[in-house]
Amino acid sequence: MFHGKAHKVGAHIDTDAIIPAKFLVTTDPVELGANCMSGLEPGWVDRVKKGDILVAGENFGCGSSREHAPVAILGAGIPVVAAHSFARIFYRNGFNMGLTLLEIGDGVEKIRDGDELRVDADAGVIENVTTGETIPCAPVPAFMREILKRGGLAGYVRDKLEAGA
Amino acid sequence: MRRTVAEKILALHSGEEDVTPGRIVRCPLSLVLANDITAPLAIKAMAKMGADRVFDREKVVIVCDHFTPNKDIDSAEQVKFCREFAVKMGLVNYFEGGDVGVEHALLPELGLVGPGDVIVGGDSHTCTYGGLSAFATGLGSTDIGAAMALGETWFKVPPTIKVVLTGTLAPFVGAKDLMLRLIGMLGVSGALYKALEFTGPLSAELSVEGRMTMANMAIEAGGKVGLFASDEKTVAYAAAHNRPGAPMLAADPGAVYEREVEIDATGMSPQVSCPHLPDNVRPVEELGDIVIHQSVIGSCTNGRIEDLRAAAAILKGKKAAKNVRLIVLPATPTIWKQALAEGLLEIFMDSGAIVGPPTCGPCLGGHMGILAGGERAIATTNRNFKGRMGSLDSEVYLASPAVAAASALTGVITHPAAV
Repeated sequence: MFHGKAHKVGAHIDTDAIIPAKFLVTTDPVELGANCMSGLEPGWVDRVKKGDILVAGENFGCGSSREHAPVAILGAGIPVVAAHSFARIFYRNGFNMGLTLLEIGDGVEKIRDGDELRVDADAGVIENVTTGETIPCAPVPAFMREILKRGGLAGYVRDKLEAGA
Repeated sequence: MRRTVAEKILALHSGEEDVTPGRIVRCPLSLVLANDITAPLAIKAMAKMGADRVFDREKVVIVCDHFTPNKDIDSAEQVKFCREFAVKMGLVNYFEGGDVGVEHALLPELGLVGPGDVIVGGDSHTCTYGGLSAFATGLGSTDIGAAMALGETWFKVPPTIKVVLTGTLAPFVGAKDLMLRLIGMLGVSGALYKALEFTGPLSAELSVEGRMTMANMAIEAGGKVGLFASDEKTVAYAAAHNRPGAPMLAADPGAVYEREVEIDATGMSPQVSCPHLPDNVRPVEELGDIVIHQSVIGSCTNGRIEDLRAAAAILKGKKAAKNVRLIVLPATPTIWKQALAEGLLEIFMDSGAIVGPPTCGPCLGGHMGILAGGERAIATTNRNFKGRMGSLDSEVYLASPAVAAASALTGVITHPAAV
């Protein structure tokens, strides 16, 4: 369950907007997080409080396959992104790095920048506390929840290998 | 449930009944591939996972093809890292040195990929194997590391766009032209996250090599996979390449497609993708006089024997224009030897070409044919992003082997019928 303020961005936000290439000299989540979305707007991240929620239009995370993009979002303190849709490689990389992603289609229209949201990713429900509206979405699949529970794919595989050994 | 080719393969491998687009399925993998650029990161991810062995030493493949022969100390270090891992893990299919071919030409040739397989690769052109009716796609490094350790991965079932190929191909027009035309129609994100399924009467006429050329560039339209159904040609190709008894795979009648696009080849001329995006496609005759400084014939898109024959047919008995570097890179050692046996290499040498080893080299601006500022290349490769083949101020035009050969002769981008 997530609870926080919505920060809304537009459609086709690419990985260079999420984390510009000049910051790829590190893999440290805190450093990357400090520059999250700086390709969109310098200082964007200053508005974010830990636990806030990113809301985006279609094709979020298009462009390069850099895994630094979901790491930067997590590093900024954002645990979940709800978007109209995600670009393919970002969708994988997001879960692999431990970032919860929800595809909500046109439901994105029911969220304004600054709205207070409550997100139940397991049940697939977003409650817009500000407007009182409920936005249904596909729940995070059980398998992806297993990956998220272990902080991402590396942890998932590590546990799986240990269990098998 | 009536299934598209992509859905059918995923259902077979995952054991899931419900493979509706959007569903997530877990899938055992037939093969996991990485190259000299992506393998080192995947190997490091494996270490982070605590994985000390690969799931199957015959099914984890590393091909050091991108900077081969190693172009500098950094690339040599990367290859050394790959080799040490391959030796430690006992990988059966590790390729370096004289064994190396461009990965997406090499693996089908060796029968390491075949119809109905599910393959992931740390390389975006892994989708090439869709020409052989395999569900094959590129992934990020952590995914590849996990796949190497577990032998499985997850897929979100993609919706399928049906691409119906009809009409008759004019002389000098082929698979590359059809694909460039399609990318021009769909745009670079037109198939984002989706499967392309090539069908229609003309798809049956294409050779398996031509089908691989088309599937190879599915990613240039944003696609996850580009798939042909398998037919007698597919099965015969597979049988001739260590894969006897390959299955016939076709979409069910009544399968659901997201949409359908048709390409009628009748009257279509050779297509050229202009700088700096693959979807900036025009018929060759509309280009005007575009002076070129280099022509590259090779790569995972067009470095196969059929491509070399098409180029040789244009170049035979003629000389490349002065001040044009014509570079021919047969994609695998077997193709190289076959081109030698057929006399194609002699034709290339007599035309003034540089015949190089199998390598990805210039396609990604690696080496063996880098462009200076202000230089322009015509290439049979797959990407023409700004700076892709060298200087940020250089330009790359993408075309078929016939157009690349004809243009080398005249020094301007030329319709093959004109030489």
